[in-house]
Amino acid sequence: MASSREIRNKIKSIKNTQKITRAMEMVAASKMRKAQDRMKKARPYGEKIRNVAAHMSKASVEYRHPFLIDRNSVKRVGIIVVTSDKGLCGGLNTNVLRRALNEIRVWGAEGEQIEVCCIGNKGLGFMSRLGVQVISQVTGLGDAPNMEKLIGAVKVVLDAYTDDHFDRVYIFYNRFVNTMKQIPVMEQLLPLTDEHMGDDNNEAKSARAPWDYIYEPEAKPVIDDIMIRYIEALVYQAVAENMASEQSARMVAMKAASDNAGNLIDELTLIYNKSRQAAITKELSEIVGGAAAV
Amino acid sequence: MGTIFHLDIVSAEESIYSGPAEFIVAPAVMGEVGIYPQHTPMLTRIKSGVVRVKAPLQDDEEIYVSGGMLEVQPDVVTILADTAVRGQDLDEAKALEAKRKAEEIMKNKTSEIEYARAQAELIEATAQLAAIRKLRKRRH
Repeated sequence: MASSREIRNKIKSIKNTQKITRAMEMVAASKMRKAQDRMKKARPYGEKIRNVAAHMSKASVEYRHPFLIDRNSVKRVGIIVVTSDKGLCGGLNTNVLRRALNEIRVWGAEGEQIEVCCIGNKGLGFMSRLGVQVISQVTGLGDAPNMEKLIGAVKVVLDAYTDDHFDRVYIFYNRFVNTMKQIPVMEQLLPLTDEHMGDDNNEAKSARAPWDYIYEPEAKPVIDDIMIRYIEALVYQAVAENMASEQSARMVAMKAASDNAGNLIDELTLIYNKSRQAAITKELSEIVGGAAAV
Repeated sequence: MGTIFHLDIVSAEESIYSGPAEFIVAPAVMGEVGIYPQHTPMLTRIKSGVVRVKAPLQDDEEIYVSGGMLEVQPDVVTILADTAVRGQDLDEAKALEAKRKAEEIMKNKTSEIEYARAQAELIEATAQLAAIRKLRKRRH
């Protein structure tokens, strides 16, 4: 049995760890609320721009944006991987990276080349260790997703797609379901799928005569702008969801860590008390034995 | 024939305005446009500037937007405001920056790992030093 001093030190160190994990849990809880707010605030923009893009794609314009045209042969795939910058958030990053790795293996087996754009430190480290070509990256996003920082990295991917360098673009991130559940998902960004271009109030609109916008100054630049903003909005939404997922995953992980520390402390305290009692009993019996001998 | 339309001003980060309006003025790239209800569907880019909104039974409200897109339908007007300052050159510069950073990391892959290893060794060494110091203190 370990000496009582050793046990006491161990209990003290675990108590310190527990303090830290409890503090992190509370910080994550307050950040999570804000992150969820931000995620919800980003939704109206996404919905509006989606409606515009959906209508535009159906309206009869002579110009069809390259983002809408499906390509038959797929030689090179671009992926955007959204992860967190910091760790200590349970299996969040591992899950999404495992998902990405599985797909990369499948594509690799089919002879497709893969290039990746990393948003977040963890994904960047993983991808460069894996030896996948990283074409652009953003790290250090902080607690709020920032459009300004995302634009550059996303533009590299979009330009590569427009230049026929990529034939498909996918995005990987953690979708926020609720505090206890986040699922790693893969979505196709380019070419835009029906899922993304589907119109919510399709029926109501098709009842009326088909109509098109007046584009000012010209159709092409306006459509280009809308499409680029649409993709950026999708990426932004993914980042916002991932951040909300990160905070709630961290909160849950830290809560589990605090609970485990509590259990450990209880067990150690029991052992400590037992050893203390044993020592006292031993001492007493020695004294009694000594007295009897005299 | 309605005398009002629904106006939404949204940015990627939040919804800025949502409600009825009688008339708005927005700084489109081709010049300022004033929009009344039942306007022909239109889609245009807007510059950074002030959007003037006349809501029913209220004074004019001025909302600043840093550029974006304006979508007009007979009963609904939407302004998709940008949160970032945009421009061809600016976007290009940002893209180059993101690319450069990635290339740097690809190049420095080995040194990065070595750096991590060195850091781990350093942490270990400092921990050892701290332990030694503690032991000495106890002895004295």
